[in-house]
Amino acid sequence: MSEILVLVEHADGDVKKVTLELLTLARSLGTPAAVWAGPGYSEAVKARLAEYGAEKIYVAAADEIGDYVVAPKAEVLAQLVAERSPAAVFVAATGEGKEIAGRLAVKTDSGVISDAVGVGEGFVAEQSIFGGGVNVHSRVTRGTPIITVRPNSTTPVAAAAAGAEEKVEVALSDAARAARIVERVVQEKGARPELTEAAIVVSGGRGVGSGENFSIIEKLADALGAAVGASRAATDAGWYPHQFQVGQTGKTVSPQLYIAAGISGAIQHRAGMQTSKTIVVINKDAEAPLFEIADFGVVGDLFQVVPQLTEEIDKRR
Amino acid sequence: MNIVVCVKQVPDTATERKLRSDDKTLDRDAADGVVNELDEYAVEEALRLKEAHGGEVTVLSMGPAKATETIRKALAMGADKAVHLHDDALHGSDALGTSHAISQALKKIGFDLVILGSESTDARTGMLAAMLAERLGAPQLTLASKVEVEGTAIRVERITDYGYDKVEASLPAVVSVVEKINEPRYPSFKGIMSAKKKPVETLGVADADIAADQVGLANAWSEVVDFATAPPRAAGTVIKDEGDGGAKAAEFLTSKKFI
Repeated sequence: MSEILVLVEHADGDVKKVTLELLTLARSLGTPAAVWAGPGYSEAVKARLAEYGAEKIYVAAADEIGDYVVAPKAEVLAQLVAERSPAAVFVAATGEGKEIAGRLAVKTDSGVISDAVGVGEGFVAEQSIFGGGVNVHSRVTRGTPIITVRPNSTTPVAAAAAGAEEKVEVALSDAARAARIVERVVQEKGARPELTEAAIVVSGGRGVGSGENFSIIEKLADALGAAVGASRAATDAGWYPHQFQVGQTGKTVSPQLYIAAGISGAIQHRAGMQTSKTIVVINKDAEAPLFEIADFGVVGDLFQVVPQLTEEIDKRR
Repeated sequence: MNIVVCVKQVPDTATERKLRSDDKTLDRDAADGVVNELDEYAVEEALRLKEAHGGEVTVLSMGPAKATETIRKALAMGADKAVHLHDDALHGSDALGTSHAISQALKKIGFDLVILGSESTDARTGMLAAMLAERLGAPQLTLASKVEVEGTAIRVERITDYGYDKVEASLPAVVSVVEKINEPRYPSFKGIMSAKKKPVETLGVADADIAADQVGLANAWSEVVDFATAPPRAAGTVIKDEGDGGAKAAEFLTSKKFI
């Protein structure tokens, strides 16, 4: 079967979960070949990628790939597309992943599909658009299919493969060196999983009432090993940092479980979470639109319900 | 400084959005058109940079005739003039075709800085700014929550999953912004009145040296195979808290094996 390139998402030298999902997905359609771009490659990385089915691992580990915004990674992929003629390229549908895919599409004169929630035979991609209101199947008709896939679209399943390494030397163009990263500022790292990758997300909205009160949301999240999200009302009010905003102008999440407390559920919010597998809603307003898409809803005061839920979870563990 | 701010007219998120059954493109007549929200932040940032450094702000919008409403809104906020990229041949262009058309128009207009919202609320590809940077050979300063210009140097804070990156480049450059960057102004009455008199130039495919075989639905690099309204989620259980709402929720989570 022909090769499918999977760009590895990594942070601090660790492979992110979404990459394991993409390798699992690629395995159903061809032979997965992982592409590592940037510094930090290690034996542990190799073992992880092989464990999840990477037959081959292309390693472009030059430090300078990580020194500039997006463009170097697109050049690494473009070189591999030219040399290896893969059947397709899969990239995680993160902010940066989509930008890499976009540049790669221009470089290779190839079609690109954004934010797929599934990919089937013939690389027909499934997308959920208009805030989850319409399901679309689409496919690339020119060049190499480049598909960005939403995190949490596939359950990662291990299946050992060779993980044969191949070094890739890339001579970066001047254009790829145009936007230099001079400092990386790490905020709010903490022990919680990353919002877009988390299997469970607990979000708070206007009903939470203040920044201090978000500790109630955080305690529930920590009891479940979940990430914390916030509605736009909460981030606009300054109660929670902007990077945790779920919704149309923030992050799109698709976790196994999404718990919304004090969020009425305007379409702007639903656009960012509607493809969550299970949705639990806690709101004192029985008319809150989010109840319409809830698998389980509690009409009640979140300051009573959320701490009780947290306590019950701790008891059952 | 010559700033071009790209704005897009999108269907209002609050109304029902549809694809057309004939050619499977966005039905732009079914819903009210509004300025893509993140583009308002781009206009605001362009105006602030002009106020700080001097120069001119040109609005560039690609879209059908009614996109002039969106152009007038940006002019009412304070932009100086506008270019409307409008040609039936552009209908149905995908992200690649759109980026080709807009990059050609940008070359024709000339720019020190291009600013746009980081994504549109309709297509939501989040790719256009990166594609423009690629096509123009200009630095990509995207997902910016802060922009500073000093002479020909430009510095931005680019939001990331872990916080942000400080990024530096030289003009000319392509910037996309996130909503954290500023608070867009409302057009004043005076702004709205003067917007009616500001120049709006219309460019077609030939005027902007756009390659006819790179744009339009027939030349798109991808196609919609089929689409359907998402089935409604199965009705869930909604209970009223009688003092045991949290415990009931825990029971539900246990039944779903989350606990």
